[in-house]
Amino acid sequence: MKRLMRSGPRYWITFQTIFTKEILRFTRIWVQTILPSVITTTLYFVIFGRLIGDRIGTMGGFDYLDFIVPGLVLMGVITNSYSNVVSSFYSSKFSRYIEELLISPAPNWVILAGYVAGGVARGLVVGAAVMLVAMLFTDIRIHSFGVMLLVCLLTATLFSLGGFINAIYANSFDDISIIPTFVLTPLTYLGGVFYSIELLPDFWQGVSLANPLLYMVNAFRYGLLGISDIPLGIAFGMTLIFILVLGAFSLILLRRGVGIKT
Amino acid sequence: MPALAVQQLTKTYKGGFQALKGIDLSVEEGDFFALLGPNGAGKSTFIGIIASLVNKTGGQVEVFGHDLDHDPEAVKSCIGLVPQEFNFNLFLPVFEVVLNQAGYYGIPRREAKVRAERYLRQLDLWDRRDTEMRKLSGGLKRRLMIARALVHQPRLLILDEPTAGVDIEIRRSMWSFLRDLNAGGTTIILTTHYLEEAESLCRQIAIINQGRIAERSSVADLLGKLHTETFVLNLRGRVPAALPELSGFTLNYLDDCTLEVEMNRDHTINGLFAALSHSGIEVLSLRNKQNRLERLFLEMVDRRAVAAGGAA
Repeated sequence: MKRLMRSGPRYWITFQTIFTKEILRFTRIWVQTILPSVITTTLYFVIFGRLIGDRIGTMGGFDYLDFIVPGLVLMGVITNSYSNVVSSFYSSKFSRYIEELLISPAPNWVILAGYVAGGVARGLVVGAAVMLVAMLFTDIRIHSFGVMLLVCLLTATLFSLGGFINAIYANSFDDISIIPTFVLTPLTYLGGVFYSIELLPDFWQGVSLANPLLYMVNAFRYGLLGISDIPLGIAFGMTLIFILVLGAFSLILLRRGVGIKT
Repeated sequence: MPALAVQQLTKTYKGGFQALKGIDLSVEEGDFFALLGPNGAGKSTFIGIIASLVNKTGGQVEVFGHDLDHDPEAVKSCIGLVPQEFNFNLFLPVFEVVLNQAGYYGIPRREAKVRAERYLRQLDLWDRRDTEMRKLSGGLKRRLMIARALVHQPRLLILDEPTAGVDIEIRRSMWSFLRDLNAGGTTIILTTHYLEEAESLCRQIAIINQGRIAERSSVADLLGKLHTETFVLNLRGRVPAALPELSGFTLNYLDDCTLEVEMNRDHTINGLFAALSHSGIEVLSLRNKQNRLERLFLEMVDRRAVAAGGAA
C-alpha cells in the first residue's frame, strides 16, 4: 500500500502512456479498425432487419429489427475489444517493442490495465458507432442507459482480457485469428443475437445457458429494450466472475513471463 | 557500492542448454566496462537477465544495492538498455518512441519532451523527430536506441553491440558521446565484437566464454600479458633474399616488398629500425598485424577450448 501511495503518480503516467498509445493506434488506422464493423452492421440491418426481418414479424414483443439491435451492438463491442488487444500486444511481441515495457519499472497490473483500457476504448467507440447506425434504421427508446453502458464496459473488459491471453500464447499471426474465428464468432451467433432462446427446445435452451455471451447480450438487451431471457443480476454476476478469473490468469502469465520472456 | 554485483548467476534454457554456468562479476560505479566473448558465449543472456528480459535460473543480481528478486522496480529504474537487435514500433515517429519510453518510466509529459529533445539533439536526430522509424537508416536507429535508453537518465547504461553495422563516422561519433556520458558519471557496460572499440573506450574488461568468466581485469593489465607484438612493414625495394638474424625479433617474408616482424615486448621499435637500417633495409610504413586485444581474446578462447577438450 505504501508503495502504491509513493509510486501512484508514476503508475498513472505509465497507464496514461499505454492507453494513449493504444487510442492513437486504432484511431490512426480507423479505416481498418472502426469502419468495417460499421459497414458490416449496416448490412445486417439492411438484410436481416429490413429485407428478412419484415417477414419474421415480432420477437419478444418487438419488431425483429429492434430485437437484433442490442446483439449487433454488443457483437461490435466484443470483436473490437478482443481484436484490439490481441493484435496490438502480439505485434509488440512480434516486433519486440514489448521489451520497451518489460525493461521499465511498470508493474504487470499497470501494463495489463493499459492494454485492456485500450481495448475497452475501441469496443466502446465501435459500439457507439453501431448504435448511431441503428438509430437510422429504428426508433428505439433506450430503457436504461446506465445498464447499457455498464454491460458494454464489462463485456469489453472481459474480451480485452481474452485478447490479451490469446496474444500471450500466440506464436504467429495465424494464432491470433483462430480464437475469433472458431470460438468467438460461433458463441456470438449462438448467444441470442438474432433470436430469443425461448424459441429453442428445452435441451438447447440448457446448452445455451453455458454460453457466457448469452448473459451479456441479454443484459444489454434489457438496457436497451427492457426485456431479457436471463435475470439481470445473474448476467452481471457471471460477467464479473469471468473478468476476475481471466484478469488473475493474465497477471500470472505476465509474472511468469509466459510468451514474452525466455 | 558497486553498480552491478552478480553472484553465481546461472541460466538453463528449456531443452537443457546451460547458457550461464555460475557467473560472478562486479562492476564499480562510474566504470566503463567491456564484456567480450565469442558468439553464443552467454553475453546477451547475461544482459537479458540484468535487464529483466530473461528469467534467471539461479544466483543473485544487485544493481546499486537493489536486489533484482526483491525490488525489481528499483533495479529497472537504474538501468538503461541498448539492445543488440532493433525493437521499435516501426510505424511510430522518432519523437513519439522516446516520449513513450519516458512515459513507461513514469516521467511527466512536459519533462519527457524536454529530455527527449535534449538527447535527440545530442545524437543528431532532432531534425528527424517526425520521421517514422521504418524510414530511418540502421545507423540512425542505433543512435535512437541510445536516446531512448537515456531518457529516464539511468545510472547504469548497458549497450549490447551498439555499433554493429554502422559506418566508421557514426561509430566514432557514438564513441565520443559515450565517453562524455561516462565522464558525466554514468556507469557503462558494453559488449562488442569490435575489440578496437573495447580497447579504445573501456577501462575494465571481462571475457565470457561458454557461460563462464574466462578473464576479468583492467584493459591495461590484460594488454600487459602480451609477450610479443607483430608488425607488418612495407619496404622500399625488395626484401633481401637472405633475411638478417636480429636478436629479439623474428622476421618472416610475406611478399617481395613486405616483411612481418614479431617483436618481444622487452625490445623497442627504435631498436628494430636501427637493426633494419644496419642491414640496409628501408621501411616505408608499418602497421599492427592484429588488434592487440583481439589477439589476447583469441588466445584465451582457444586456451579454454583446449582445456574443455582435454577435460572431455
